[in-house]
Amino acid sequence: MSIDLEMEEILNLFFEESFEGLNTMESGLLTLKDGTDRETINTIFRAAHSIKGGAGTFGFMEISGFTHSVETLLDEMRNGTRAITPDALQVLLQSVDVIREMTQSAQAKQPIVMVGADALSGELTRILAQKVPAAASPDSTAANAAATPALAQNSEIHGEVQPPTRDHEPAIAAAAGALEGWRIVFTPDASLFKTCNDPMRIFDELANLGMLEVTANVDNVPSLTDLDPTQCFLSWTLSLHGAVEHARVAEVFDWVEASSKILYEPIYGGERCDVNDRPAVDVPQTAVQRSSGQADLQVVPQNAAKAGAESGSLRVATEKVDALINLVGELVITQSMLSRFAEKFEPEDIESLRRSLAQLTRNTRELQESVMQIRMLPIGFSFNRFPRLVHDLSRKLGKKVELKLSGESTELDKTVLEKIGDPMVHLVRNALDHGLESPAQRLAAGKSETGTLELNAFHEGGSIIIEVKDDGAGLNKERILAKARERGLVESDALLSDEHIFNLIFVAGFSTADTVSDVSGRGVGMDVVRRNINDLGGHVQIFSTQGKGSTIRIRLPLTLAILEGQVLRVGKEIYVASLVSIIETVQSTRDNLSCVAGRTELFKHRTDYLPIIRLHDLFGIEPDSRDIADGLLVVLEADGRRVAMLVDELLAQQQVVIKSLETNFKQVAGLAGATIHGDGTVALILDVPGLIRTFLERQSVQIGRAA
Amino acid sequence: MSTHDPIAAAVPDPSKPTLDGTTNQYLSFFLGGEEYATNILSVQEIKGWDTVTRVPYSPDYILGVINLRGSIVPVVDLRVRFALPNAVFDAATVIIVVHVAGTRGDRIVGIVVDAVSDVYTLASENIKPPPDVMGAVDHLFVVGLASMDDKLVIILDIERLVTSSVQGDSKAA
Repeated sequence: MSIDLEMEEILNLFFEESFEGLNTMESGLLTLKDGTDRETINTIFRAAHSIKGGAGTFGFMEISGFTHSVETLLDEMRNGTRAITPDALQVLLQSVDVIREMTQSAQAKQPIVMVGADALSGELTRILAQKVPAAASPDSTAANAAATPALAQNSEIHGEVQPPTRDHEPAIAAAAGALEGWRIVFTPDASLFKTCNDPMRIFDELANLGMLEVTANVDNVPSLTDLDPTQCFLSWTLSLHGAVEHARVAEVFDWVEASSKILYEPIYGGERCDVNDRPAVDVPQTAVQRSSGQADLQVVPQNAAKAGAESGSLRVATEKVDALINLVGELVITQSMLSRFAEKFEPEDIESLRRSLAQLTRNTRELQESVMQIRMLPIGFSFNRFPRLVHDLSRKLGKKVELKLSGESTELDKTVLEKIGDPMVHLVRNALDHGLESPAQRLAAGKSETGTLELNAFHEGGSIIIEVKDDGAGLNKERILAKARERGLVESDALLSDEHIFNLIFVAGFSTADTVSDVSGRGVGMDVVRRNINDLGGHVQIFSTQGKGSTIRIRLPLTLAILEGQVLRVGKEIYVASLVSIIETVQSTRDNLSCVAGRTELFKHRTDYLPIIRLHDLFGIEPDSRDIADGLLVVLEADGRRVAMLVDELLAQQQVVIKSLETNFKQVAGLAGATIHGDGTVALILDVPGLIRTFLERQSVQIGRAA
Repeated sequence: MSTHDPIAAAVPDPSKPTLDGTTNQYLSFFLGGEEYATNILSVQEIKGWDTVTRVPYSPDYILGVINLRGSIVPVVDLRVRFALPNAVFDAATVIIVVHVAGTRGDRIVGIVVDAVSDVYTLASENIKPPPDVMGAVDHLFVVGLASMDDKLVIILDIERLVTSSVQGDSKAA
């Protein structure tokens, strides 16, 4: 049993290293140009080689077999016997995806589906078969010869997926010339529609590539009463007839690829009669059917496993652990110093007791900081995915984009890091699709042909700022305003600040795009981005100049576990408000106060009139005084709204550890959680945005009652 | 292993009081002069009265939350919950910390009682089903009644009681 466990550990190490290697390969391939930077290609080759070796050792013959053919191509590039073409790079990038998918299946202890790998093997063979002028050297021929058995071996291993009637040799020959079409089994995730993807559009696009037959699989559709119309229960089997490159077919699925199960099966010319008549395709068909029958088992757990892996373990830099060990060492020393006093205590020892306690305080604080540091990861982990995304997307959109990353080493909490990924992807997609113009438009506007997209991260105060900046067309204020008026979001004669206008794009369902593309334009998205960021306790700002570009600035707390808090007192109760939400605190004179309709009290703060929240009324507390002039007004801001909150006294500013109220109790309106004071009592943490919402709701209810 | 071990002596099903001919141990406590009891396996610990932080929008029987070694734990005053008179806090007032199945794993809740009394071992045939009318205590929360010597002990379904108290609509009260 212990051997099993040990084996499991070693396996996990292999998976972790393989994923790391794949990431190295991916980022290497993206920077690889035909300038033939030897070190880059060597790095890629080494990564591929270790994956192959590891997979072979652990008996994942499918992975090692496929990686071997990738390695062959890389080897030729490394030896300089083969030119590095964009075409080859694209295939290599796809191979990385395929290997990653296979490794994930292996990790999830599921059968490795070879259809994607087989399709790519064809592509690889085709490229390997292309004679490059310089490649007439004996050494590359040897490599070619080596590739063929490798592929043959490939087909042997997964004979169950491969049609047994199909001999691989003719297939390779056919692959070089007579590709007749593709059979694609497309099983989207149930959330397909929610990601704004329309299968019809995909099919239309496929139909442009060749003759298309579509068969829908309705097995998974529940009965009408259980049917959720927002979910996609269908899957499709598509037969595309036409000699189309795999890359072009795959491109159509770019947007759904990540969340769907897509199996490609090439149809070769030499076997056409077989293909249409019998086993040759029936066999993969059943293989495919089986996997679509298992769709629930295959697709979902894979994602689940991925999500689990993301939050499950943490890779920590050795220095951080060393620092921690040092601190614990000091703590042990301090503890032994203190325990001395328990044995014998003389009055004159009081001074050294104090010293020891001071040291204990320092140790504890340092230890807390170091432990928090462990959860802090560089944002580079999140940025890393963007070079690939931008590469693929700019290719698809026909735009030239240079991606600049800076501040990758800025650290933030792991939880925040994980949750910020999706909103960032959305913002980057938006910037590429709507922000940056096509090369022709850019030249016409007097800009350089290549657009720039910058991702930037840095610390500011207790927050981390992430900026997504493009030098594209910028937001068109008139168009946003016109659209907003059309939809009745804004009074037709209202004068709005720039900020206000830009914020309109966060309204659900708002889109100014003339055409809805499969990239974006349906108006779902920006509201989700803002909601996700608000959930993390952050906020989004937009800066844009028409013709010059836009900047989206996200401000996030460094961690979700600790809050810079301002401790407040109302009557006998103590509350904590996040310091970030406090603009300032003022003592009001009666002159600054006014009343609207005898109910809503307003406070004149500079040029604004702010509604006054009486926290004691809202929470039912007996305050020191009900007179506003006796208390303090704390000016709070959240979601772009400002209010003044009346409290009796401000106490300390301190870092507080956020504890959940929900674990044992429940969510309470206006409260974000609780924290524990030095004396062991509990103080509640105010949820400022929630508080403002609750307050405004109550106001409107009261006004409603009064009317 | 040894027959003196009270937990091992108790029956398999930990939290649900059963009526199927088995023996369970019950912790009894006083509420306004009446004796109540709960299955001892739901009880995590008993602690003295502590400062409670009031939580806004909570019904009056939720006294607030306390810090139980770093966890935020709500405290329900059963005397207020059952509308019993004279809910005083004195030296005998204690918080019984119970754990019940919550929506996300176990939920830990403190209940305030006048005093803890005894631990009884009861066979399920000695527990009589409750009459339909139980006054202030909703009969849904009562598993049954047991006569001990000549006293009456009311056995509570602490899980249902606590869950309903804690999850009740916060704006109701």
